[in-house]
Amino acid sequence: MNAQIAAILAIDGIASGAIYVLIAIGFVLIFAVTRIIFVPFGDITAFTALTLASLENKQMPGTVGMVAVLAVMATLMEVFSLWRKGALGKIPAALFFYLALPLIPAAIAWATAGTLLPTPLRLLLTVAVILPIAPLLNRIVYQPIADATVLLLLIVSVALHFAMSGLGLLFFGPEGVRTQSLVDFTTFIAGTPVSGQAMLILGSAIFFSFLLYLFFNFTLYGKALHATAINRTGARLMGIRPQQACTIAFLLGSVLAAVSGILIAPVNTIFYDSGFLIGLKSFVGAIIGGMVSFPVTAIGSMFVGILEGFAAFLSSPFKDVIVFSILIPVLLWRSYTLVHAEEEDEE
Amino acid sequence: MALLSIQNVSVSYGKAEAVRNVSLEVDRGQIVTVIGPNGAGKTSLLTSVIGMIPAAGRVIFDGTDITALPTEDRIEMGFCLVPERRELFADMSVYDNLLLGAYTRRDGSAAIKASMEEVYGRFPRLRERRAQKAGTLSGGERQMLALGRALMAKPKLLMLDEPSLGLAPLITREIFKIIASLHETGVSILLVEQNARAALETAGFGYVMETGEIVHSGSSATLIDDPRLISTYLGGGASH
Repeated sequence: MNAQIAAILAIDGIASGAIYVLIAIGFVLIFAVTRIIFVPFGDITAFTALTLASLENKQMPGTVGMVAVLAVMATLMEVFSLWRKGALGKIPAALFFYLALPLIPAAIAWATAGTLLPTPLRLLLTVAVILPIAPLLNRIVYQPIADATVLLLLIVSVALHFAMSGLGLLFFGPEGVRTQSLVDFTTFIAGTPVSGQAMLILGSAIFFSFLLYLFFNFTLYGKALHATAINRTGARLMGIRPQQACTIAFLLGSVLAAVSGILIAPVNTIFYDSGFLIGLKSFVGAIIGGMVSFPVTAIGSMFVGILEGFAAFLSSPFKDVIVFSILIPVLLWRSYTLVHAEEEDEE
Repeated sequence: MALLSIQNVSVSYGKAEAVRNVSLEVDRGQIVTVIGPNGAGKTSLLTSVIGMIPAAGRVIFDGTDITALPTEDRIEMGFCLVPERRELFADMSVYDNLLLGAYTRRDGSAAIKASMEEVYGRFPRLRERRAQKAGTLSGGERQMLALGRALMAKPKLLMLDEPSLGLAPLITREIFKIIASLHETGVSILLVEQNARAALETAGFGYVMETGEIVHSGSSATLIDDPRLISTYLGGGASH
C-alpha cells in the first residue's frame, strides 16, 4: 500500500464514516430520549434508498403501502385507547396526526407515480414519505410498553427489525437498487481524486450534526428533549409529555436516517435488508460513544468507516469481521472506564 | 371554595395501603402543611395528587374534578410539585433548568424573562451560578433551584415535599423563610414536612398524618401548643 492508495482509502472511509455518523447520532438521540435501542433504524435508511429509486423509475414506492398500513393501525390503536379513557374530544386531533398527516406525502407519491419530479422535489418527497414510519412504529409497538426495561425494549426492537425486513421484502421486492449520483464531478485534493458525492456526504453529515447541536442548545423543544433524556420524572413535572418527546426524537432520528439513505443510495447497491448491516456498523460507533455522547459517537463512527475502508482493501471478505471485532475491546474499555451517570443527584 | 380539595384518597402498593381515606383542603393563598413521621404516606399522597401514581378517591382543583387527568394536564392547570428528590436536570445549566420550569407557559418570552428576574431576585445565588450545571450545586442551592424552577411555572398551587430534607439547619431556616415569603405572591402552598416545628411556624393550617391516615388537624397555632404533638413531634424544645 502506498500513500496514494492510502489516501484514496481514507477518503472512501471518511465518506462511509460520515453516513455512519448520521445514523449513529440518530441511534443515540432516540436511545437517550426513549431508552429504546431502535434496531430497525438501519432499515429506515434502506427504505429511503429504495423509495428514492422507485421515484426515479417513475414507480409508486412500496413505502406508500407500508405507511398506509402503519397509519391505519396506529390510528385504530389511538382511537381505541382514547375511547376507553373517555377522551372522545381528542379523537379529531388523533385522526389528523396519526392518519391524515402521514398519508399526505404518501398520497402525493401515489398520485405522482408515473411522472418524474424534479430532483429537489423528489428528495423532499422521499424524506416526507419516510418520516412517519418510525413515529408510527413507536405508537404501535413501543408506546404500550413505554415503562418496560431497556432489555425488554431491545428484544422487541430486534423482533421489530425482522418484521420490518419482512415487510420490506413484501413492499419493495428482492431487487437491489442504486440511484443516480446527485453530484457528478471529481476534484483533486493534493493529487488525490475526491468524488463530489464523498464531499456531499461529509458536508451533509457536518451540516445535520450542526443543526442538531443548534436544536438541542438553543430551542425550548430541544432543551425539553434533553431534559427528558436526563430525567424523565423531572421532565413530566415540568409538563413535558414523554410520549411527545419520544415522537419528536423518532422524527428527528428519521430525518437523519432518511438523509443518510439518500446519500448512500448512489454509492452502494441497496436491498430491502441492507439496512441491518449499515445500522449495525453505526451502532458500533454509537457504542464507542457510550450511547450518550454525540461528539464521541461521531468520532467513533468515523473510525468505523475508515477502518472498514482499509479492511476492505486488506481482505475484502473479512472486512465485516474486522469491523465487528473492534466492538469487543471497545466494550471492554467502555465498561471499565465509563462512569454510569444514572442522573443520580445524591442528596 | 377551596382551591384544592382531596376527598377520600387512598393509595395502595399491592396489598399495602400507604394512604387511607385522606381528605384535606387548601384554600386560595393559604399555606397548609401535612406533618408526620417517616413512612406516614405523605409522599405517596403528594405523588397521587400530581397524578403520577394511581389512587382511589377524588381530587378537585379549582372547581374541576381532575381525578382522571394525566400529570401533564394537571401541571398545565397550575399544579406544581417540588419532589423530595428535587428531580433537577443535573446535566443542564441552572438557567436551562429555570427555563424549562416555564415550559407550559404560553405568555411570551418577555413575561418569562420577567419571572426569571424575579426568581434571581429571590435567590441571588442562582444568578451567580446560572451558567453552572445543576449537578454541581450544593444541597441548599439545589433546593433553591428546585423552588425557583417551580416558581417559573407561575403555579396556582405549589406542593413541596420535604424541602428541608438533608439540609443544614441554617439553610433550612433560610428555605422556610423563603417559603413564608412566597405567601405574598398569592400562591397556595401544600407543604409536607417531617420538621414539624418549622412547618407549623410557616403554615396557617396543619394536618398530622400517621400510618396513612390523618389523625389531627387544626390551625397551626393550636397544633403547635397541642400537648400530644409536643411529645411526639415537636420535642422538648417547646418552651411555654
